[in-house]
Amino acid sequence: MNSTIARLVIGRLGIGVLMLLIVSLVVFFLTSLLPGDAVQEQLGQAATPEAVAAMRAQLGLDQPIHLRYMHWLGGLITGNPGVSLVNGMAVDEMISSRLPNTLSLAAITAMVSVPLALTIGILSAMYRGSIFDRYTNMLAVFAVSVPEFLIATIAVLIFAVKLGWLSALSRTVDVETFGELISVYAMPVMTLCCVLVAQMARMTRAAIIDQLSSPYVEMAVLKGARPIRVVLRHALPNAIGPIANAVALSLSYLLGGVIIVESIFNYPGIATLMLNGVVTRDMPLVQACVMLFCLGFLMLVLIADICAIVSNPRLRK
Amino acid sequence: MNPNTIPTSAPTGRRAPSAEDAFSLDENPPVAVSRKRRRLPSLGGIVGLLILGFWLLMAVIGPFVAPYGANGLVSDDVFGPMSQAFPLGTDYLGRDILSRLLHGAPYTIGVALLATVVACLAGVVLGLVAAASGGWIDAVVSRAQDALIAIPNKIFALIMVAAFGSSVPLLVIMAAFAYMPGSYRIARSVAVNVMTMDFVQVARTRGEAMPYIIFVEVLPNMLRPVLTDFGLRFVYVVLLLSAMSFLGLGVQPPDADWGSLVRENIQGLGEGAPAVLAPAVAIATLTMGVNLLIDSLGGRTKREMEN
Repeated sequence: MNSTIARLVIGRLGIGVLMLLIVSLVVFFLTSLLPGDAVQEQLGQAATPEAVAAMRAQLGLDQPIHLRYMHWLGGLITGNPGVSLVNGMAVDEMISSRLPNTLSLAAITAMVSVPLALTIGILSAMYRGSIFDRYTNMLAVFAVSVPEFLIATIAVLIFAVKLGWLSALSRTVDVETFGELISVYAMPVMTLCCVLVAQMARMTRAAIIDQLSSPYVEMAVLKGARPIRVVLRHALPNAIGPIANAVALSLSYLLGGVIIVESIFNYPGIATLMLNGVVTRDMPLVQACVMLFCLGFLMLVLIADICAIVSNPRLRK
Repeated sequence: MNPNTIPTSAPTGRRAPSAEDAFSLDENPPVAVSRKRRRLPSLGGIVGLLILGFWLLMAVIGPFVAPYGANGLVSDDVFGPMSQAFPLGTDYLGRDILSRLLHGAPYTIGVALLATVVACLAGVVLGLVAAASGGWIDAVVSRAQDALIAIPNKIFALIMVAAFGSSVPLLVIMAAFAYMPGSYRIARSVAVNVMTMDFVQVARTRGEAMPYIIFVEVLPNMLRPVLTDFGLRFVYVVLLLSAMSFLGLGVQPPDADWGSLVRENIQGLGEGAPAVLAPAVAIATLTMGVNLLIDSLGGRTKREMEN
């Protein structure tokens, strides 16, 4: 790690923080353009104007918008994102009760998909143009261009309806044995993995093929090294940076994917919480969840960028 | 998620690997063969064109050729199987799925097409303006697009629906905003390249006005990548809008697009009803058809992956 890399990484961190600030502005002002909706909805059409005004004062909605933004941002940073408009519960408690579920779903998906994708990507780069390569490529195009709910539907039809191995709904209460763990996570993880593995495998393949066309690989081939040694010993170490970059960018797909998957399988995670918030127009809840998702997204992009910077051989001294 | 976040700003010597390499690096046949191939459209391309043509036709005439009305309760059999009278089965109320599918086609295809046109038009115009003027205008427009990219598309869609409620005009605006930055980036980078060409320099030296340079010299030379991008973006918009409808936040009842059809029949999944699978397969054929067509055109310069 030399000073050039350190400077670039710190600069990138700065841009990340700035981006997060801009995102918070966009999120807050978009969700505040139509004030009073939730109050009106909660009190019903019959509410007197006085009651609405009193409720708004109680929630701090009568203050000017820039003050509300500062207040909201301060609350977010200090871990106090406000109170739900629908049931009066603290938003941070609602989120913290659901967050572990979503994180474990994401972690299991990552643990399954990353090794699988790297294996497929490396194999199809080694045997480029073979039948295996063609078929995986075709499957990958299929997986990324069909809606997630089709994949989920097919999974349910096969494993729950035809084979009867798994139940169509997830329950995360009392997971004790390994069998229960599988029955809860199998189908959501499978659905998420389909798209994720497809993207990651293709990007890994591209990164390795990029290396295989370089002079030092040609040299190794001319020296008589076996193909497997050329790929694993010569090409792979140099492709680690781009691959790490690709993995981080692909994992950011999870942030959108979990919304559909949690909803299909009725999984009690943060995405279903956010969806409920959107349906009931519970703005403090939606704002907090959205900021959490954007934070995760920006962090993954940041990691991808830093991987690209650190692995750039031109910056090594 | 959003492919546009591939770090172009990072000063890497190598490009970040992207899926485009997966397609471009293989093609290394002798020149004569590739020329011959280029004239003959591939089988995949023809299939894609036929599928796309079929669905575009159905988007226009679907509601008129549907055997039953969109909301007609025509069968006592709920989640009925495929049969002579109901080729794709019946839904949770006993309505004909084929008819509902045909009535939904204008929503799924029409709304997505409109949103894609708006997104690409806005992206290309802004990209051209930014590339042509350079300087602070370029910087400001590019940074504004970057800010939009920092919010994942599905999350952006949820915020918009939470803030403004769901309606067809909102869905169009939302999808257009969500997919404009990607279109802008491609248009701008292509336009910047074309701008440095000799014929543009000649036009400048001749003293042509900026609109002339943009529309007569630059735009015709960037049509191919822009059209390819349009096709891909259409696929993403279809997927995004279907996902929103599936979540119950897209097209609202009594109207229904294909995503809504999947949602309303999802309880039938346990019985293995065709009512769930048919609309999902319809979406998949549409998106696969466009993909096949773009692949065969060979203009997949920016095969981005998005969910």
